[in-house]
Amino acid sequence: MTMARTVATRRSFLGHSYNLVGVVAALVILAWTLVAIFAPYIIPHPIGDIVDDDYFGQMRQGLWLGSDYLGRDMLSRVLMGARYTVGISLAAVSIACFLGVVLGMLAAVTGGWFDTCLSRFLDAMNSIPSKLFGLVVVAAVGSSIPVLILTLAVIYTPGAYRFARALAVNINTMDFMTVARVRGESTAYLIGSEILPNIIRPVLADFGLRFVFIVLLLSGLSFLGLGLQPPLADWGALVRENIGGLPFAAPAVIVPSLAIASLTISVNLLIDNLPQKIRDRDA
Amino acid sequence: MKSGVLNLVVKRLGIAVITLLIVLFAVFFATSMLPGDTASILLGQAATPEAVAGLREAMHLNDPAILRFLRWLLGLLHGDLGTSYANQMPVAALIGRRLVNTMELAAITTLISVPLALTLGITAAMLRGSLYDRTVTVLSIGVISVPEFMVATLAVLLFAVYLKWLPALSSVNEAHSLTDLVRIYAMPVITLTFVISAQMIRMTRAAVIETLSTPYVEMALLKGASRSRMVLRHALPNALGPIVNAVALSLSYLVGGVIIVETIFNYPGIAKLMVDAVATRDLPLIQSCAMIFCLGYLLLITAADIVAIMSNPRLR
Amino acid sequence: MTNLVEVRKLRIEATTDAGRIVEIIKGVSLDIADGEIIALIGESGSGKTTVALSLMGHARPGCRITGGEINVNGKNMAALPEKERAKLRGTDIAYVPQSAAASFNPASTIMEQVIEVTRIHRLIPPEQARQRAVELFRALSLPDPEGIGARYPHQVSGGQLQRLAAAMALIGDPKLVIFDEPTTALDVTTQIDVLKAFKSVMRSGGIAGVYVSHDLAVVAQIADRIVVLKGGEVQETGTTAEILSAAKHPYTRELLAAFEPKPRQASADAEAAANQLLRIDNVTAGYGAVRDDGLPLIRAVDSVSLAVEKGRNLGVIGESGCGKSTLARVIAGIHSAAAGDIVFNGKPLQRAANKRSQDQLREMQIVFQYADTALNPAKPVEDIIARPLAFYHRLDRQAQSKRVDELLDMVRLPKALRYRHPSELSGGQKQRVNFARAMAADPKLIICDEITSALDTVVASAVIELLKELQRELGLSYIFISHDLSVVEAICDEIMVMYNGQRVEQMTPDKVKAATHPYSKLLFSSVPKLDPTWLDGLVRDPELVSQYGHR
Repeated sequence: MTMARTVATRRSFLGHSYNLVGVVAALVILAWTLVAIFAPYIIPHPIGDIVDDDYFGQMRQGLWLGSDYLGRDMLSRVLMGARYTVGISLAAVSIACFLGVVLGMLAAVTGGWFDTCLSRFLDAMNSIPSKLFGLVVVAAVGSSIPVLILTLAVIYTPGAYRFARALAVNINTMDFMTVARVRGESTAYLIGSEILPNIIRPVLADFGLRFVFIVLLLSGLSFLGLGLQPPLADWGALVRENIGGLPFAAPAVIVPSLAIASLTISVNLLIDNLPQKIRDRDA
Repeated sequence: MKSGVLNLVVKRLGIAVITLLIVLFAVFFATSMLPGDTASILLGQAATPEAVAGLREAMHLNDPAILRFLRWLLGLLHGDLGTSYANQMPVAALIGRRLVNTMELAAITTLISVPLALTLGITAAMLRGSLYDRTVTVLSIGVISVPEFMVATLAVLLFAVYLKWLPALSSVNEAHSLTDLVRIYAMPVITLTFVISAQMIRMTRAAVIETLSTPYVEMALLKGASRSRMVLRHALPNALGPIVNAVALSLSYLVGGVIIVETIFNYPGIAKLMVDAVATRDLPLIQSCAMIFCLGYLLLITAADIVAIMSNPRLR
Repeated sequence: MTNLVEVRKLRIEATTDAGRIVEIIKGVSLDIADGEIIALIGESGSGKTTVALSLMGHARPGCRITGGEINVNGKNMAALPEKERAKLRGTDIAYVPQSAAASFNPASTIMEQVIEVTRIHRLIPPEQARQRAVELFRALSLPDPEGIGARYPHQVSGGQLQRLAAAMALIGDPKLVIFDEPTTALDVTTQIDVLKAFKSVMRSGGIAGVYVSHDLAVVAQIADRIVVLKGGEVQETGTTAEILSAAKHPYTRELLAAFEPKPRQASADAEAAANQLLRIDNVTAGYGAVRDDGLPLIRAVDSVSLAVEKGRNLGVIGESGCGKSTLARVIAGIHSAAAGDIVFNGKPLQRAANKRSQDQLREMQIVFQYADTALNPAKPVEDIIARPLAFYHRLDRQAQSKRVDELLDMVRLPKALRYRHPSELSGGQKQRVNFARAMAADPKLIICDEITSALDTVVASAVIELLKELQRELGLSYIFISHDLSVVEAICDEIMVMYNGQRVEQMTPDKVKAATHPYSKLLFSSVPKLDPTWLDGLVRDPELVSQYGHR
């Protein structure tokens, strides 16, 4: 028994090896992104219109995902909801990761006071359960879109910081950093030119993970009624308003959850199956 | 325990205490930003400007934030959590029974999920690459990736709507027998167990795989040890630290999960109490509930850190 | 008469990250007779560990035994099912790992692990096993044989762990013991004790052995026959005496030649003696809290003085922990000295690098041991070398590109390498790039901190030759730090011996045999020679050993 792991089949293309799972996941994410951008142009029915005689209608021709608790078309509402779920989450994760990575690298390189104080402070922030923080802040300041984006970003910055800092500290101990420092290079050069290229891959993976956390938190808040307020609806809010259909197994209550799952699972799968540069020069 | 370890543990506890104070202040500060003037809310119809001003004075609402915070802390230490705005009852009384309910839910979930997750995680690591392992991994990643309310709704669909084994909503007050109790607890517990176990399985599996690829485990193989011996005598004792760490961290997810589960199943616990309090802007209630949550969360992650420190073999 | 081990046409395959299958052992055949110790010699990547492990029927993850026979004591390990193989491991064949420290379970006592083989295979009752273990500890010259078993692995030194690992292998009374580079990580003085212990126990038990190593001199002391491996194929086999005196295969000759590099011709520049490039006086540096006299608690460098002239080289030799690397860093300014003066090119230098002028920094360059961490993996070679050009000399793009080509030429690397990343280069190539970067600054003094220690002997000697050529062409000076005496002898005009942070003695290479300080004598006499009788004939003053040795 050599405890060897079976390697998933990969094909090579342009010097990188790809994996079917990774490619499919990437396509799903791409699809949702496009939907988020072009939603108003592709929805079959306006999201406010009541198009069904029945409510919690079944999936059928013309109403591909059934109808919601008022008789509105679920497909249109879900497609429109993508805008908010994907858009808000993407904005929040970009801010969180940008801040976290820059601060993390800075803290690793400068060390001393700056590093200790910032790390302690952000560790304390990390000790507040995320749902709780979201709940309290949103209740205090409201749930407009900018507030949601900022709150989500603030909740997940400490995690991005911790991760980036740990990576940067590892790189910082390497001899090539000593060589650059002895040369007299500036902090900006050290961070941008020496450290960043080495941590960019894991940082991107962390970006993806954080995106998933934020999507889940946003959906959770909306589900509790504290996220996006009507008439705007992201996927979490769609589940909330259609929860009455649960005893009837109405599609309206399941479909938004499936949308969330497809997005988050795809991101997770993509992270695990990123194209890898082939080192084998004779392949 | 060597002085080096003791030092680090004490340091970590110290940090936890300071963190707690910072967190409490953050909670206090954030909740005091809630819209709506406290005095006007309390007086309701009788809110003339003079009355409001007078009440504000009497309640020390015009003092600087730090002072109010310290006064609140002092009250806490005396067991006085304030009075709820919504129903004029002492907060401590409101919380009391509900906190017990939530703790029961958490305890049952822990008792079920920890043995289940540890078994699945360890066996999946031992049989790494097999169909069993891949199934377990895929399922746990699936559960971790989706929102808790989705797990809850799927559980309801499966057990209540299709199989009709359990009721969709739970009402603890209507429990008349043990079977009733089981049926009422089942849904929330099932949902929470799924969510927590998935985390635990993932982390446990990773910890065991890491110890299984160490040189000393290979050495055991080269001494002719059987697979079970390698795992039980060599890998697990060294993976124990990371595993307990994983358990503590996973349990900290209960804090978030319980908020969703109690809401969706109408379970009368402290999380539901807090969500309702937020809806009615009941300041003292929100503060106390938030504090309890933060305390529990902090306790768990500090415990996880301390276990990680103590299990580092280099410090022994 | 059948041999104990007969390997015939062994083939082992591995899978690369592109999914391609590569044959790493290409039809190896060898024999081991009862009680015979053979050596598997080769550089890294030659497949020696892979072959050794295959004798136990074990292949590392990603590798598979695909052909041939491995007959040990009549049974074919390649064909047996895993369960049967497990039965033979520890009982017929045993393994002593390369890094004993990593191969001991940190959570279990030493005694438990040493006798584990008897438990697994139910050989003898635990009480008896413990007594056997104590006898083995005694035979292996371990200190405190009765009590050492109760300790945990991290409480015991490296040399002791290596011998404990041997005890762990011998407890099952095996017929064959595989030693996988067991002394590579040890200091020379410790290595001697361990080698002697192994040799005596193996000889007295008549146990056959396989000794895997890249160090010919070490192997010459303990092996009866030598098998030379390269690229997964056997190049030559023969008795130790044959190989050492009359090697036939060109690769074997190359290995032997690399072992004794050509000594440095005394420089003809007599006037160089007057031109002092670097002088340090009574420099002290260390770690920890600063005491009342301004000196740190732990002194890694203790009042050291030295001088280097233009165009000449100083070698600093010592064992691990003597402070030589700290000295290098102090001179370069990476680590600030707590006391003492540094004068470079006639001008005093600030102790910390960030206070020195850019020219001063430029003229003194340092090259580190591990090229893996000394080169930024995210940058291609041309960027790595071009940066000092842009930073120090302010060259424009075109001029940079031209100079990069020149530098690659100087270090004898093909120009096509400039587009590659460090991970795509071999160890020797990386070290040359490391050097090219140092030279891009146009320095006068290059401090080489153990730059050949991580390289194979053949590659290392090529690097040393390169350094010598560059010195002739460019008039550079080197401070060469190493623990390897032969390397230092090959390149340095003066050799300084360090022990415990202090400079113990300094001499020219030809005076090495006439060393006067007791530690220098101990150090130089501990270096293995290519003479099979050297170890047995070695006489060391026990007082010196206990005073200076890390037992």
